[in-house]
Amino acid sequence: MRVTWWFRKNLIRVYMVLGFTYLFIPVAYTFAFSFNNGGKSNLVWKGFTLGNWQNPCGAPDVCVALGNSIRVGLISTVAATFLGTLIAFALGRHQFKGRSTTNTLIFLPMATPEVVLGASLLAMFLNLGINPGFWPVVIAHVMFCISFVVVTVKARIASLDPRLEQAAMDLYANEFETFRKVTLPLVAPGIAGAALLAFSLSFDDFIITNFNSGTLTTFPKFVYVASARGIPPQANVIGSAMFFLALFIVIAGQLVSRRKAR
Amino acid sequence: MADASSSTRGDLRIVNVTKSFGDFTAVDDLTLTIPEGSFFALLGPSGCGKTTTLRMIAGLEEPTQGSIHIGSTDITHTRPYQRPVNTVFQNYALFPHLSIYENIAFGLRRRGIKDVNEAVDKVLNLVELPHLAQRKPVQLSGGQQQRIALARAIVNRPALLLLDEPLGALDLKLRRQMQIELKWIQTEVGITFVHVTHDQEEAMTMADTIAVMNEGKVEQMGTPADLYDNPKTAFVANFLGQSNLIEGRIDGNDGDNFVVDVFGQKIKINKSRSHAKDSSVLAGIRPEKIRIHPAGTAMSGNVLTGGVISDASYIGVSTQYQVEMPWKQELMVFEQNDDGVPPLEKGDAVTLSWEPVFTFALDGREDAFAGSEVHADEE
Repeated sequence: MRVTWWFRKNLIRVYMVLGFTYLFIPVAYTFAFSFNNGGKSNLVWKGFTLGNWQNPCGAPDVCVALGNSIRVGLISTVAATFLGTLIAFALGRHQFKGRSTTNTLIFLPMATPEVVLGASLLAMFLNLGINPGFWPVVIAHVMFCISFVVVTVKARIASLDPRLEQAAMDLYANEFETFRKVTLPLVAPGIAGAALLAFSLSFDDFIITNFNSGTLTTFPKFVYVASARGIPPQANVIGSAMFFLALFIVIAGQLVSRRKAR
Repeated sequence: MADASSSTRGDLRIVNVTKSFGDFTAVDDLTLTIPEGSFFALLGPSGCGKTTTLRMIAGLEEPTQGSIHIGSTDITHTRPYQRPVNTVFQNYALFPHLSIYENIAFGLRRRGIKDVNEAVDKVLNLVELPHLAQRKPVQLSGGQQQRIALARAIVNRPALLLLDEPLGALDLKLRRQMQIELKWIQTEVGITFVHVTHDQEEAMTMADTIAVMNEGKVEQMGTPADLYDNPKTAFVANFLGQSNLIEGRIDGNDGDNFVVDVFGQKIKINKSRSHAKDSSVLAGIRPEKIRIHPAGTAMSGNVLTGGVISDASYIGVSTQYQVEMPWKQELMVFEQNDDGVPPLEKGDAVTLSWEPVFTFALDGREDAFAGSEVHADEE
């Protein structure tokens, strides 16, 4: 009787604890094993060490792969965010022929299976005489990131009151000044969010990258290849670091927007 | 303080302006002159074209036909930022990412004025909110936001200030207070105010001149007293306050008055207050102008006998009666509770009377209910 009552009162809390446990056990596992003194293979716990964190580039080529991923990610993010933002403004703010068709088509790359995209991109590059490598990967990443950027930025633009821009024009700001002083600052959080999303999608991508990278090794590709012989604990260090970096950015973003609202 | 444009000053003239959206004509061949320095109200129900008119003056819509002038300058096709016109938007449209100070300085900075400090401080003092300069708009109450929106507009000293339902979002008490304040500020700064509203009380409290709009046209224009005491159409009679409109027929002359037959009883209507096209009229009388007495009391002026009270509601300052007349029409009578006489009761037989000078006459073919139902919707 008392047990039933306790459950009824705390059901939502129990559910929450179970849910978060499910979500975060893999992350916790990754983090814990970044301290494993496992040598080349990191599948079995062999003892605690800080060595992996002190020397994250210790495993051969892991930092080369990381550098490649960051470079691909940054270039793709800048290009996809720029192009995607322009598309989002066109779709969100202007009436033109083919607008609704474009709105639908922009979703298609998100719905297409990545293996298919990757394979056909490879075929396309080969037919064009372009060898797989750094730039084909960047082009592919920009392509699949654009859709996500458009959707994110467009949502922000849709929530923007058009009367704010009218008020700016009413207060002697011409079209360019209105965009720079009112529209852009108000849409900026959406653009920043889209850029973060684009970077994490690019950094994380394995399938499309694997098809089009040739000899270029990105971080996900490194981990995949390494898994055949045993993943070095440095991969866990880098993975955990990325997780905490993302967490930091999200919390910082929340704090900044909360302070701005005050 | 620098003016938005010292060369463009003068009366606002709207000449034969039509605005269509597809098949819908929002503003229909509107011609209007708003004198420089006046407080002018465009009053009408939603969809009457008043907001579209305001947006065309601001430059946010382009007229389909016609032209708009300030003084001798044609502004019909200029961009909003090229006009010496500023707007207080309905939802205030304060820039959420800028401080109150920067919101107010926005227009000055866009016009290349470097030293904005003095002007901003002065206008913040005018609206009595100097302590809020460094806050963000979301930290302000509705009434404070309203004043900042006003300050942001008038700091530019435009030739024309447009107010789009500026008090619509405020509660009744604050609205009353802001009405008085707006009127005071207008007198203080001497800028032409054009005020769009569906609230007749708001328009009458503040404006020198009111144009009542209906279906894209101006029904009647005049001072609040003019419109209330001498309406020209049933729409104006019903939209501005309430009116009893009784069918009648002009039966003869008596000096300055027409003698009108209403269902067998004779009343007088001053000729200067008659807008009848022929002998068929709607005789109009405001509910508060009518005196109500037990049947049989002898009375002078315009008298209608044979009424029976069908409803009486005591509302403090006055008692509102519904009186059913022999011709089955219900007339409204508002009687001040100022004579110590207990209110009459439902079922009492009564006689109604009023001074003939308060009567007005409308064209008898008009719909006696025009404007009354839209009014009820808006309240």
